[in-house]
Amino acid sequence: MSAILEVENVTKTFGGVIANNSISLSVPKGSIIGLIGPNGSGKTTLFNSIVGHHPIDSGAVRFQGTELSRLRTPQIARLGLLRTYQQTRIFGKMNCVQNMQISLPHVDDSFATMLRKFPPEITERAESLLEFVGLYAKRQLRAEDLSFGQQKLLEFAMALMNEPITLLLDEPTAGINPTLINGLIDRLKRANAEFGITLFVIEHNMRVIMNLAQHIYCLAHGELLADGTPDEIQNDRRVIDAYLGAH
Amino acid sequence: MNGPGKMALYVALVIAAFLIPLVPVLQPYLIQFAFLWVMILFAMTWDVLGGQMGYNSFGNIVFFGVGMYATAVVQRDLYFTVEEYANVAGGDQAVLTPVEYLTGLGLGMGSGALLAVVIAAVLGSGILGLRGHYFAICTLGLGIAAGELASGWDYIGAGSGLVTPLLPDALGERGPFFYYLFLVLAVIAFAVLKRLYAGQFGLAINAIRDDEDKADALGLHATRYKTVAWCVSGFFLALTGGAFGNLVIFIDPTDVAFAGPTFGVWMVLMAILGGKGTLWGPVIGATVFHITQEIFWTYLFGWQRVALGLMIVVVVVFFPLGIVGWLRERWPQRFGEVVDEGARRVQVSLDGER
Amino acid sequence: MGNLEILLQAPIFSVQLLIDGLLVGSIFALAAYGMALLWGVMNIINISQGDYVILGGYVTLTLYNAGIHPLFGVPVAALVLFIVGWAIYRAVIFRVVDRDLFISILATFGISILLQQLMDQIFGADIQSAESGLGQIFLFDSQVTVSQIKLVAFAVVVVVGVALVLFFKKSRMGQAIRATAQNARAARLMGINTDRVYAMTFALNAALCGAAGALVVMTWVIQPFIGLAYTIRSFMIVVVAGLGNIAAVVAAALGLGAAEQFAAFLLGAEFQIGFVFGLLVVILLVRNMFLKRQRQVLK
Repeated sequence: MSAILEVENVTKTFGGVIANNSISLSVPKGSIIGLIGPNGSGKTTLFNSIVGHHPIDSGAVRFQGTELSRLRTPQIARLGLLRTYQQTRIFGKMNCVQNMQISLPHVDDSFATMLRKFPPEITERAESLLEFVGLYAKRQLRAEDLSFGQQKLLEFAMALMNEPITLLLDEPTAGINPTLINGLIDRLKRANAEFGITLFVIEHNMRVIMNLAQHIYCLAHGELLADGTPDEIQNDRRVIDAYLGAH
Repeated sequence: MNGPGKMALYVALVIAAFLIPLVPVLQPYLIQFAFLWVMILFAMTWDVLGGQMGYNSFGNIVFFGVGMYATAVVQRDLYFTVEEYANVAGGDQAVLTPVEYLTGLGLGMGSGALLAVVIAAVLGSGILGLRGHYFAICTLGLGIAAGELASGWDYIGAGSGLVTPLLPDALGERGPFFYYLFLVLAVIAFAVLKRLYAGQFGLAINAIRDDEDKADALGLHATRYKTVAWCVSGFFLALTGGAFGNLVIFIDPTDVAFAGPTFGVWMVLMAILGGKGTLWGPVIGATVFHITQEIFWTYLFGWQRVALGLMIVVVVVFFPLGIVGWLRERWPQRFGEVVDEGARRVQVSLDGER
Repeated sequence: MGNLEILLQAPIFSVQLLIDGLLVGSIFALAAYGMALLWGVMNIINISQGDYVILGGYVTLTLYNAGIHPLFGVPVAALVLFIVGWAIYRAVIFRVVDRDLFISILATFGISILLQQLMDQIFGADIQSAESGLGQIFLFDSQVTVSQIKLVAFAVVVVVGVALVLFFKKSRMGQAIRATAQNARAARLMGINTDRVYAMTFALNAALCGAAGALVVMTWVIQPFIGLAYTIRSFMIVVVAGLGNIAAVVAAALGLGAAEQFAAFLLGAEFQIGFVFGLLVVILLVRNMFLKRQRQVLK
């Protein structure tokens, strides 16, 4: 499998704090890759660096061969590289269908599409995806009136609506009712298998990530600590130490 | 209400508005009604940015002033030299034939609107990059700077202002003429905005209001939408300004054209009073405000502006949702926010294009 | 631009403009520091800032008209404005502290209009000033004149500035204000009455503006409707200097004062206010441009 997303020696510091120190990793096309690490190990910072929320100090990020480190967030999103947020971000005052409609791909927004009404197939697709995550019945509610878990699902559906090639998910199961987690894992896998979306997932829930990912990277203190298959990671001494704080 | 019912209501309202000048009791108040349409235009155009897009502008008055001056200058330069005009305006006002007057007014309003769109696009590309209170205060500065500039520019009369040509007698009384002019403008603006809000443009600027960073992260061309929104707002404001200059006849740079502390603040207040970010809110807010203001002016002579400041504080602090916003909060179901339990759809293929 | 030649041929005029500008700028520093204080502690941008300055001016003017020397106006205006500020906080501001920023901007805008109109009703719309009766100092063979009252004003600003620094370092209230600025919730948990802190901050800010106003009426002129210019000046100074750094605020204020004097001389005095507001737009745009390179925006 060829790498669709490559991170090469990316370093990011905030003042004196080194959040990411020369991180290199690659995400193969069509795969599900996990990213784990204790709190404050620099996982979200790495996501922010990849999608252009802040400049990186050195290194390179390539997506399908395109260098991203000089592009701005919307440009990167239009290339098909999308992310969701740990603190779910949705458009609170708009209802679910509207949230979905406006999440459509913006690759070729001309003046005419900007001013158009939504064609029925877009609304159709929006509603289908809401059904896919189990929110169809609540489609007319304002997004801010949904529970946190439902907002998380809505954000996931919005990401799918955008037809990304690669999706970076920041803790997709945090705050979701445990009984729904299995269903969500199933949906993530279906999104990967049926829509062919490459997934790169930050996750704290070990059961989820071991179940989901084919390959896992582990960060600690801003450094890449280990990588390997779920089994290798589970038995890696350094990873266990990092989580238990033995240093 | 369903689609056809709504349509019938809109048509009935417009017809009623067109019939008002024919009612003898209301005829003395036509100028006040014309002002009402102006207020509605103010609130609606402000709400495009302030309500729907979350960019609270104190500087929209710039487009009003630009439209007003552009129209007056075109009307002047089309048929007079500056010196001639100064002489004519000094004593009598300029006398034009109906065709001349209408040509000047039309060309003037057209070029004013065009100029406003250009200014909105140019300024917008920079200023719309600012967020939150930086945008609010930057536009505040813009509005006042424009007024100061106009007060010092001799070509447009500087501090002593500019006089617009009188409406020729053949076109009838001032009342009905400007009543219909502003009514038509308001109806067109309302229809255009209603249509825009219903489509991709409306949702895009709503998304920018709710979370611009998220909209960015979804790949939305935020700058493009923001600029277009300001252009639309500026376009209608400039048209309003062009006609308004002719209604009031005398253009003062800071008290009429770039009247930030009055019109500029009223637009904001009216939109908030009615409910910002809603289609009908600005219309209702402007109507309520206009009536209140007329009462202030009649009964609080001298203290009306004090009362106005007080009103801003009270509305903003105690009633920030506005009339329509409050209704929506109170009865969300009436605004279509319903759960339809049990609704299930047949799963359709979800394949994306890529 | 004809005046540019005068400047080039007689550089001594530049010295005159510079001195005037720096002395005027020191007065801006007071109001600007107050704005930074409110912004930092309460996260409020106070549009009525400049109107407190003007109100302070009118308090001093009232004393002056009663035959009292206007320099006494500095403490009196500060005291009166402290009370006014406290009252405004209790009436309006405490309701908007934790709300959307735009609500506080608009609410203070309303207060601004209210104060302007009240001052117009009470004191009239004329331009007024208070004569301090102090003379001039002549420098460089009388080519440069400095009015003594401006020097006195400068000294007052320095004294107030030192007093402020001490207040924030030493006094319990000062420390409580700093703690609240850093983290209001943590401060509340530590038993600080943040509501009282906010009231104190707002009143203190008004008092600073009042003192500035007393200096303005002695060195310059006041009029009910020019308050907004002081608000914008304060905002601009804070945007350039950042929050909570008194030295940077003073430096930016002096710079703005000097820039204004030169602009007024070169463009003509009628464009001075226009220059202030235009400069605001330019400063914000330039700052935003630099931030954009960092993939960020001003917000």
